[in-house]
Amino acid sequence: MTVAQTATLPEAPTGATAAPPVRRRRGGSTSGRRERPNWLAGVLATCWLVIVAVPLYYLVAASFRTRQDYLSTSPLKPPTDPTIDNYVTVFEGGFLTYLTNNVIVTVATVAIVVAVTVPAAYAVARNAGPLVQRFFSIMLIGLAIPAQATIIPVYLLITQLRLYDTLLAIILPTAAFALPVALLVMTNSLRDIPKELYEAQTLDGAGPFGVLRNLVLPLAKPAITTISVFTALNAWNGFLFPLVLTQSESTRVLTLGLWDFQGQFGTNVPGLLAAVTLSVVPIFVLYLVGRRYLLSGLTAGFGK
Amino acid sequence: MSSRGSSTQTGQQRPSAWYAAPAVLFFGLFAVVPMLLVVYLSFTDWDGFGFPQPSGAGNWSRLAGDGEARDALVLTLVFMVLSWLVQTPVALLIGVWAAGRQRNRAILSSLFFLPLLLSTAAIALLWRSVLDPNFGVTQSLPFLGQFNFLGDTSIVIYTVIFVITWQYVPFHTLLYQAAARTIPASLYEAATIDGAGRYKQFFQITVPLLRYTIITSTVLMVVGSFTTFDTVLILTGGGPGTTTRIAPLYMYITGFSAFEFGYASAIAVLLLALGAGLSLLVTKATGFRDMNSQQEGA
Repeated sequence: MTVAQTATLPEAPTGATAAPPVRRRRGGSTSGRRERPNWLAGVLATCWLVIVAVPLYYLVAASFRTRQDYLSTSPLKPPTDPTIDNYVTVFEGGFLTYLTNNVIVTVATVAIVVAVTVPAAYAVARNAGPLVQRFFSIMLIGLAIPAQATIIPVYLLITQLRLYDTLLAIILPTAAFALPVALLVMTNSLRDIPKELYEAQTLDGAGPFGVLRNLVLPLAKPAITTISVFTALNAWNGFLFPLVLTQSESTRVLTLGLWDFQGQFGTNVPGLLAAVTLSVVPIFVLYLVGRRYLLSGLTAGFGK
Repeated sequence: MSSRGSSTQTGQQRPSAWYAAPAVLFFGLFAVVPMLLVVYLSFTDWDGFGFPQPSGAGNWSRLAGDGEARDALVLTLVFMVLSWLVQTPVALLIGVWAAGRQRNRAILSSLFFLPLLLSTAAIALLWRSVLDPNFGVTQSLPFLGQFNFLGDTSIVIYTVIFVITWQYVPFHTLLYQAAARTIPASLYEAATIDGAGRYKQFFQITVPLLRYTIITSTVLMVVGSFTTFDTVLILTGGGPGTTTRIAPLYMYITGFSAFEFGYASAIAVLLLALGAGLSLLVTKATGFRDMNSQQEGA
């Protein structure tokens, strides 16, 4: 697949600039300069493609190799004798526990963030009181606070709450640090709902909670998807909070499991790479199904 | 008109501040409290067990005279500048390129974004294996095979910057792609009529109009440089020796390996302040505020 992509590349920029849709988009009346292929961009894109694709190809290819094959064959050749043994080994090594923990952490974090953010954003969007607005500006400052710099106090807090080495220890701070972005995205989305719709609801006699249920929730669905994706990715791929706040095997999540596999497998690199591949599969499926949602979730709050 | 008139009455039907209470509590406890706590902890001694013991400004005077911390800070600055210099042009060019709606560009950019799907742990472990001096990919390639990318103290810094670039460029590319798509095509049409070539158009239309995004992306990189260390932790652990022990990693090691959490908190506070200060400087120096108001006016 990688090879095929690389092969089609050289003509990509040519096709790009000469294609009729481009000329139409930029107005067809202009000179022939647009027809000239953008070689520099093409070459750069090709280089970047190689840099991105080769390691990923190697990752998948090596995960299907036998250990002898890994040690003796060139890493860029396809596996001589493809095997799923590495994947079997990974599943025998506690992978299912880690996977289950990851799913629990991710689902719980998303649930908390959505449950807390939607009413808060509703208040920010519809309540002009100074209290709520001050809260909103404090939250926006939170956008700039990276979680990694506060791991020591979070560790103190979690141990004092007697939550150390529980999944809750990962869930709570992960959710808290996802809140500012989620609130920003959700508030912007609720502000876009026309005033008239809110007023119509109120005329029908709905209280604030009724408006939340009948109007806000249905209309906020795209924003809820975006913040769910953003939060889920953070939770799924999170490394530092689990590293610092858990220790036993029963609370281990995937990212830590990968690190652990490295020690456990020693020289069994194909096994490690099979575990790495497996950890990406759920997100990759999500990417195939809803690339648009995934990408907008990734840059939530920073894009326009 | 009648619906307008009723809006005063609907004012009472608006959500009360209580709707925000769960979010306030949650964010307060797990984000604001730790922020304040880290400042307090920097004035204590704490080994991670029992309670922190107040120790005055001891950690701070120690930090002032700590040569290792100074080395780590210098290294962090070098990292920040180098990775900005590498990541910004790459992300800007790919982002603008990927903003085109052509099919082949869409297909290729969906491949470019793949690193975004991998966790830090997955990326660092993958690259460790790719760069392995005995069985790695680089080992099987001509020219690259002669280097020990993670073991040679003179090149390991560049290796780490490369891996960090691989990890984060797709994110910044996404920002640039989204922003470049908002530039009106009419600007390019006018420039073409005026006889401006592609490169002139890029530097005189695209780059100036993406200033806002360049600053956002830069600020994220600056703050990230002063606080993110998970990739380096897994990739090199700060080694060989201390060649890649950037300041946030030094903070982590001081806390969670040497169990000097008070001193590590002082480093954390310093890093937070430096990150915030530098990003403020970036936004001020580039006239971010003026631009903001321009955008609102447009």
